Amino acid sequence: MSKGVLVDLTKCVGCGSCTVACKLWNDNKWDDKNPTMGPSAKLTDKNWTVVQFKEVKDKKGEPVWRFVKQQCFHCKEPACASACFAKAFQKTKEGPVIYYPHLCVGCRYCMVACPFNVPKYQWEKAFPLVTKCMMCNTKVEKGEAPACVSVCPAGVFKFGDREELLKEAKSIIAKDSKYVKHIFGENEVGGTEWLYISDVPFDQLGFKTNVTKRSLPSYTEAYMHATPFVGITWGVILTGLYHYTKRRNQISKDNNKNIKA
Amino acid sequence: MASHAQAQKWSFKMTPTRVLLMLLSAVAVGVIVFRLVTGLGMVTNLSDEWPWGLWIGFDVLCGVALAGGGYGTALIVHVLHKEYFHPIARSAMLTSLIGYLLVMAGLFLDIGQWFNFWRPFVSWGHSSVLFEVFWCVSCYTTVQILEFGEIATERIGTQFHSIFKKALPVLMIIGIIFPTLHQSSLGGLYLLMVDKLYPLWWSPIIFFFFLLSSFFVGPAMICVETTLAGKAYDHWVPIPVLQKLIRISGFVMIFYLLLKIYDLVSRGVFGLMFSGTFEANMFLIEMIFGIIVPIIICFSGFSATRKGLFTFGLLVSCGVVLNRMNVVVIGMIRSTGVSYVPSIWEFIVSAGLVAMGVLAYCFIVENFKILEHDDHHGQAA
Repeated sequence: MSKGVLVDLTKCVGCGSCTVACKLWNDNKWDDKNPTMGPSAKLTDKNWTVVQFKEVKDKKGEPVWRFVKQQCFHCKEPACASACFAKAFQKTKEGPVIYYPHLCVGCRYCMVACPFNVPKYQWEKAFPLVTKCMMCNTKVEKGEAPACVSVCPAGVFKFGDREELLKEAKSIIAKDSKYVKHIFGENEVGGTEWLYISDVPFDQLGFKTNVTKRSLPSYTEAYMHATPFVGITWGVILTGLYHYTKRRNQISKDNNKNIKA
Repeated sequence: MASHAQAQKWSFKMTPTRVLLMLLSAVAVGVIVFRLVTGLGMVTNLSDEWPWGLWIGFDVLCGVALAGGGYGTALIVHVLHKEYFHPIARSAMLTSLIGYLLVMAGLFLDIGQWFNFWRPFVSWGHSSVLFEVFWCVSCYTTVQILEFGEIATERIGTQFHSIFKKALPVLMIIGIIFPTLHQSSLGGLYLLMVDKLYPLWWSPIIFFFFLLSSFFVGPAMICVETTLAGKAYDHWVPIPVLQKLIRISGFVMIFYLLLKIYDLVSRGVFGLMFSGTFEANMFLIEMIFGIIVPIIICFSGFSATRKGLFTFGLLVSCGVVLNRMNVVVIGMIRSTGVSYVPSIWEFIVSAGLVAMGVLAYCFIVENFKILEHDDHHGQAA
């Protein structure tokens, strides 16, 4: 059973302690130009998680603040891992999608492939690497919650088995009418380990809601499976054509000779 | 024979254009060294929003497509034994070889951990379409160098000539399989971008569109190349040969056009192209000037003139370049929310790589038997 995190956005107060815990646990430097909290907070190579401040309208049309924690969603079938041609991204059985820097070539196909634009690049370095949230995989392997989850003072997160979290999320949004009837991450790109519930529609909070429900690797699987067969068949056809047309030319040449003689 | 070859001197004419090309190459080499030492951030305008830019879009995707003339010609001349087209075989394959070497250079420049470029040879990410591209492009470039061995050994290392000549049919066939696979795989790379690439370009059969366009752009590139070579070396490939060749393109282009319309209609996005958006207009330019007008030229009397052939070649080649840039840049703007303009250095490197290719072409044409084809005609196997 893979682990996941259920995020209840209605409970977040925007304190940002999760972003601090992330920096400390992963030893990421602070970046004055790119704060981890606020209206302009965004994921960078040093900010693996940020809390975006959003002023939105609630159901009554009143302006309200919502705080949206962003990080890698850890797709059940990650596009980055299927895109990587050197296995630098791998999905573990516990759930996290992790990155092995020594395998990375730096082609950045993972960045183009990720539907949520999560992987970031160390653009200013001479030998840059891709970076992203790894869901504190060493902690998750031991059954512990990720650093950001464990420090939250407001009870925003719940860490556990994804399928159970999903059940819980369903019962929460069924019971309480303030929630929108959508669990972000349930079906998006085939499902993600991080699940979100909210009282404000997700698209107003900057979530990419128009993504496919199909797992992204399934788009290329059939193609890659067909490749060796296409290659071999094509080779056989070409060899056949080569000998056939050569012989045909030979015969027509011989016939011409005979006619001339 | 060998002594005669040794007595021949290596020649390379100097002209003002070539001096300019050399200067451009030298500046590009400088930028390349600077980039390899300092990383990508200082030289390029790439960012987290635009991880792939001009070098992948132009140097790699366009380069590979334009270099597709080699495998198409190899298929026609050496596998189907249409010896009618033999006069263009060697120059088409040379352009292709140079094209691929430039693609390899462009790819190498674009990867961040460039000393780690060999990694996919041992760490098999075989679920990735890029894995297929990587293997096929590296194998095909090797095969092309070996194919060129047959030409090179006419002049240097002549004792190996018979080996290369014997190996040629096998190399040719392998040399057609690989490009068929990776030309489509370059499009296949974008299958994952289902929510990112604008629906006029994203398609579940985008790989097939890439394959078809790489095939029909081959003869078009040959028209451009033979016109330029004709001017430079006063060597003219007979018009009927080229005209017959682009007819092959023409039929494939009609098929491409019909398939494209079917694909857009079946996905319910046909109307998007008349929506007046930036993407729609770029798409219309690509289809009208890159596909429809060339088809008309191809099947009209205009294709019986050098001017017509050159116009056809230029339109189709530019059309394919525009298609690839549309996929890499224009079609992605909406999903990233920002736009990307390559830096001056990115342009200089791309131009420099093309300049190096032109110089290499000139040098090889002047020193090896590429264009003199009459004496070849009889000995084709």
